[in-house]
Amino acid sequence: MTDVVVPPIAGSPAGARRRRSWYRRNRIALAPWLFLAPALIMFAIYVVAPIFQSIWISFYEWDGLGEAEWVGLRNYEDLLYDDRFYTSLKNNVIWLVLYMAAVPAGLAVALFLNQTVAGIRVYKSLFFFPFVISQVVVGLIFAWFYNPNFGIVGQVWEFFGARPPSILGDERYVTYGIIFAGLWPQIAYCMILYLTGLNNVSPDQVEAGRLDGARGWRMLWHVILPQLRPATFIAVVVTVIGALRSFDLIAIMTQGGPYGSSNVLAYYMYEVALSEYGFRYGYGSAIATVLFTIMLVYISYFLWRMWRDEREGR
Amino acid sequence: MFPAPIQKASPSAQLTYKLALPIALFVWLLPLLAIFMTSIRPAADINAGNVFGWPSQFQLIENYVTVFTTSDAAVYLWNSLRITVPTVIVSVALACLAGYGLAIYRGFRWALPLFFLFVAGNFVPFQILMIPVRDLSVRTDLYDTITGLVLFHAAFQTGFCTLFMRNFIKALPYELIESARIEGVGEFKIFWYLVLPLVRPAIAALAVLIFTFVWNDFFWATVLIQSDEYLPITVGVRSLNGQFVNQWQLVSAASLLAALPPVLMFFAMQKHFIAGLTLGATKG
Repeated sequence: MTDVVVPPIAGSPAGARRRRSWYRRNRIALAPWLFLAPALIMFAIYVVAPIFQSIWISFYEWDGLGEAEWVGLRNYEDLLYDDRFYTSLKNNVIWLVLYMAAVPAGLAVALFLNQTVAGIRVYKSLFFFPFVISQVVVGLIFAWFYNPNFGIVGQVWEFFGARPPSILGDERYVTYGIIFAGLWPQIAYCMILYLTGLNNVSPDQVEAGRLDGARGWRMLWHVILPQLRPATFIAVVVTVIGALRSFDLIAIMTQGGPYGSSNVLAYYMYEVALSEYGFRYGYGSAIATVLFTIMLVYISYFLWRMWRDEREGR
Repeated sequence: MFPAPIQKASPSAQLTYKLALPIALFVWLLPLLAIFMTSIRPAADINAGNVFGWPSQFQLIENYVTVFTTSDAAVYLWNSLRITVPTVIVSVALACLAGYGLAIYRGFRWALPLFFLFVAGNFVPFQILMIPVRDLSVRTDLYDTITGLVLFHAAFQTGFCTLFMRNFIKALPYELIESARIEGVGEFKIFWYLVLPLVRPAIAALAVLIFTFVWNDFFWATVLIQSDEYLPITVGVRSLNGQFVNQWQLVSAASLLAALPPVLMFFAMQKHFIAGLTLGATKG
């Protein structure tokens, strides 16, 4: 690793000794680079460079094997006339909006569990369970629940004498059905963030609020929520990212169907790029670039907040 | 404390709360209970339409043994382990080094920009990385190998781990490091003998978190692995779902097997797990 950073002084007389002393003199300036080098190299190869490569590929038409052909902005023009792209984009918006329900729901569960009764610790960790489980398993469970022939939804409908709907087979319901499944682990995640936040709420302020006659909703809104702001911020960030990253559930439950109606950008990109009918790397990269641009808005906001905190903090 | 302690409420409210707790938990975990019950049913129950009722017979051992004897579940589980454990070791080790580099050197002007690079990279959508990473793996003969998948996972998870480690090390008392420097202790020695023992809790937290993240990965395994013999359990469960058509008792058993290791990990290391996950939720 040393050779990567230290300029070669080999060839000069007493090179080894001078090199050592040169290192000694510049140790404090060099050391952070040495510590960072392995992580930076790995991260540059597998994360940073691929982002730019993807954007670059989006200007080409390429099947991954043959020669790539420069097409300029044509992939993006094609997106403008692609109904499946619009369906996916629309579904991403639905995901973003409805997934946000996990934040207040997680807060509600956290408030419900924030007591000190016997066994509450076990309750808290059992409520957290859905988050630890793979989304593949969550998807399988819910796909089975929604099955109109022998799923629980079908049985409930039949109990009321109605013909059960096929949630995952109906273009009108399918996205909502998948989002509902996704909310289950996401609520658990938000709950644990809020439970930790509630743990750190200052008891003095709560007491002061009580003396001022604040109770219930007013207390929650004016005293508790302002103190939970960091928890809310993280909960919103992870929920937005979770919504935009939704892939596993769709791959397991519907593969984007029926007729592409439950597609989202993340899955549509995968479908296009690694399609059975030939790879379309260029077009897939264009979709990925759009998704990345949307995510960049949130990433920038997050970094801006962090930067502000860093400046104030230390 | 908010809400007000239930002990201060009326006895009837206290009773209601104590009754509501198990009922809420039951409803919340109903999906899991349902697949557990299914996984111990005989096939006859499912064919007869008894999917959610009481099983006519308990076949816990038979069903789980059948999963192992009639499918590659054991291979998938072993692969998951072979992918997850090296990833945890590599990404946490890299993050310890990088976190130290970013947190300790006050005159290092690149610290904040590089830190933000790791944070931002951690949030990008996987799809923007997919084609170049797959292409790189194909060109370096790492496509369809466990090593290839481990290298990618380790690199990607380094982002989150570095974010975590840097903040943790930054919170250590700086005077400790300064006095060691004045004593003339080398930088790597300070890292190894002074800082590393102090960050043990952070290492534990990261290890359980990354284990869970990587174990549950589905996307990258489908992108970078093709052969059945290298598939992890998440992708394996999906192909078992196709293999055991309508044998819901076996699909359920396999799903639970896939879910079990992270659940056990969570229970064993609960405190660390939550500490890792809620990083930043209390301050900042």
